[in-house]
Order: sequence, then structure tokens, then C-alpha cells
Amino acid sequence: MTFLPYAVVVVITVAGIYGVATSRNLVHMVICLSVLQSATLVLLLAMGYRTGAQAPIISTARGSRHAVDPVVQALTLTDVVVGATVVALLLALVVQAHKRSGTLDPDELRPFRG
Amino acid sequence: MIAVQVAILVLVAATAVAVVLTREPLAQTIALSFYGLLLAILFFVFQAPDVSLSEIAVGSVALPLMVLLALAKIRGGAE
Amino acid sequence: MSARARGLMTSCGCGALAGLLVWALSGLPDFGAYHRLYGLYLDAHAVAQRHATNVVAAVTFDYRGVDTMIEEFILFAAVVGVALLLRAQREETEVGPRDEARGRRAPRSSDAVRMFGLGAVGPSVLVGIYIVAHGHLTPGGGFQGGTVLAGALTLVYLAGEYLVFRRVGPVELMDLSEGAAAAAFVAAGLAGLVAAGTFLLNLLPLGTIGEIDSAGLIPIVNTAVGVEVAAGMSLVLSEFLEQTLMVRGRRS
Repeated sequence: MTFLPYAVVVVITVAGIYGVATSRNLVHMVICLSVLQSATLVLLLAMGYRTGAQAPIISTARGSRHAVDPVVQALTLTDVVVGATVVALLLALVVQAHKRSGTLDPDELRPFRG
Repeated sequence: MIAVQVAILVLVAATAVAVVLTREPLAQTIALSFYGLLLAILFFVFQAPDVSLSEIAVGSVALPLMVLLALAKIRGGAE
Repeated sequence: MSARARGLMTSCGCGALAGLLVWALSGLPDFGAYHRLYGLYLDAHAVAQRHATNVVAAVTFDYRGVDTMIEEFILFAAVVGVALLLRAQREETEVGPRDEARGRRAPRSSDAVRMFGLGAVGPSVLVGIYIVAHGHLTPGGGFQGGTVLAGALTLVYLAGEYLVFRRVGPVELMDLSEGAAAAAFVAAGLAGLVAAGTFLLNLLPLGTIGEIDSAGLIPIVNTAVGVEVAAGMSLVLSEFLEQTLMVRGRRS
């Protein structure tokens, strides 16, 4: 049972990669990439979790010995927001690609010329 | 590991697969925002309220909106 | 290569990858058995050292502040990329910002939607500012609050008031505040470098634990990130909006 979070990470990763590899639509591909990225979030947070521990919001200067790891949380929280803007960049590229070639199917894309 | 965590983990895995297998981008956007919401709940039960808040704002609002607007642009140009 | 052969190859590859991942991840400590010293040390000492009750914020904006600065530059670069890609395209079809809503074929949003949408703008902005301002005390901070603020801005659009949206979110102001906020983060870091030889050193008085003006430099850097994220996200969303509505405007 303690392997379940990691098993979920495996499922999300493989599903994401399968989606990217078999995608016939660039928008679909971008969404699959963002699903793939979410696997890293689940993995990091699962690694930082301690059974029975509290969130790292600590109100006394004495600190706490029963809180989860704040470092992985700091990593993931920035990654969520920055990842969204990178997805926006990819979508902008998709919009451009569609404008230049008139298709969203990656197989029909031709190399762009300036 | 508590029952809530198990339930949410299973739901997240199932929804991730569903998002990938939904081939129509418009339907996929709705699935994606639901997936964002589930991830936020998962992070909350992993005792990470900061990440949860981040994921709620991005995953269920900003990201689907950007995809919808890109789709609207692409369809508008195609007609 | 035929589609069938390719599908077979993808399935085999995915299966192999799944096996390798299971192998790799089973070497990790069990779920819930966390015992790394870095995190445990921060949980025990961060509040006393930095006077920020949200340890995650202390890590993001202080202990690992340089990482966050670089993350912020990634965000900055992505937003600039979106603006460049979409604006180059806009010039090709520029028709000027007139009442694009008139050209819409979709029915106008109903009064109830407009009332509710516009009514929710104020509270959303307030929530966004609250989340940014209390980032060092409770869950929240610049990244989360900034996204909420950008979401509040798009509520104006969803309520069907795109021209108002342009007025409350002028693109030039967003460009400017995005760059200025990124620069403010670097300036805060350089101040520490000049004064004491350490980048992003927490020089300011730390204050009382739990007060809004505590934690020294953290709230300042946090606010800079909040402005950066809010401006960047709104910029991305409004670039996409401009694109969509411009084409509709041309067709009408």
C-alpha cells in the first residue's frame, strides 16, 4: 500500500508520454504534456510526506518536529505557476503553426520557412 | 496512509488517463480542469496547502481558459 | 512507417518505461517515512531564524531565493515569448480595437451572468491581494495570489465587458509592471550583495512573529513576485483574447 503514490506517478507519466506520442492534434499534445508534468508534482510531494505530520505552517519560534518537508513544496508551488506560462508559450506556438500550415496534425506539418 | 489519500490517488490516476484518452480538445479542456481540481485536493491531503492553492488557481482557471482561447483562435481562423 | 507499426512500438516503449519507473521508484523510501535532514532542520528552525510562520514561503523567498529568481525569469521569458509570437501575428490582421463584441455571433451573456461576473470581480481582487500580502504567514504568496488576480481580471471579460477589460488592464501597464517586478526581485538581491556581500541577504528588521510586517525581506520579494505573476498571467490571457476577438472583429 505504501507504493500506491509512486504507482500513481508511474500511471500519470506513462499516460502522458503515450498521449504525446500518439497525438494527432497539437492542442491535445500540449495538454498531454501538462499532464506529464503533473507527475513530477505528485512524485515530489509524495516524497516529502510524513505520516501523521502537519502542514509546514508553524506558529511558534520553537519550531515543529511534526511537519512535512517544506522544500519540495517550495519547488512544486513555483513549478505549477511557471509550468502554466510555459504551456501558454506552447499554445502560442501551436496557434502560429496552425496559421502557417493550416493543420493541427503533427504528421502533416512541414518545416517552416522564415 | 489514510482512506482519503487512497481514494484521491486512485481518482487522480484514473482522471489522468481519461484526460489523455479524450481526443477531442474541447472535451479534453473540461477534463483537464477537473483533473486540476483533483490534483489540488490531492495536494491538500498531502499537507501542502500552498501548492494546493497554486494548483486550484492555475489548474482549474488559468490553464483551461488559455486552452479555450487558443482553440477559439484556431477555429476562428479555420472557417 | 505505418501507423500500426508505430502504435505497436509506442505501446512497447511505454510498457518498458513503466517497468523501469516501477523499478526506480521502488528504491525510494516508503511513502510517509520521510527523514531527510534539510526539511526537518527547516521545520525546526526556520520560524526562529526568519520570523515567517509559513515555512514554505521562507524556503521559496529566502533559503532558496535564487532558485525562485531563476524560476521567475523562466516565467518572464515564457510571457515575452507568448507576446512576441502573438503580436507578430496580430500586425498581419490589425483592424484596431473597436467594439469586437458587436461582431460576436454567440448570444450576449445574460444579465444574471453579467451581474454575477462583475459582482465577483471586487471580492476576487481582494482575495488575491490578501493571499499575496499574507504569504509569509499563512498558505499563499505571490505565485498563488498573482494567479488569482489575473483570474479576477478575466472575470471582467467573462461577464462580456471586453472593452472594460482593455481599460482596466491596459497592455502597456502590464508590460511595464512585469519588467519592473522582475527587476525589483534582482534589486532586492543586489541590495544584500552590496551591503553585506551576500545575495538576497535578509537585511531588514524581522519584527514580531505572526505580524504582517514581520519576516524582513520576504514580504517585499513576495509582493514583487505577486505583481510579476499577476501582470504576466494577465498579459498572456489578454494576448490570447486579443487574438481571438480580432479575427471575429474582422469577419463581422
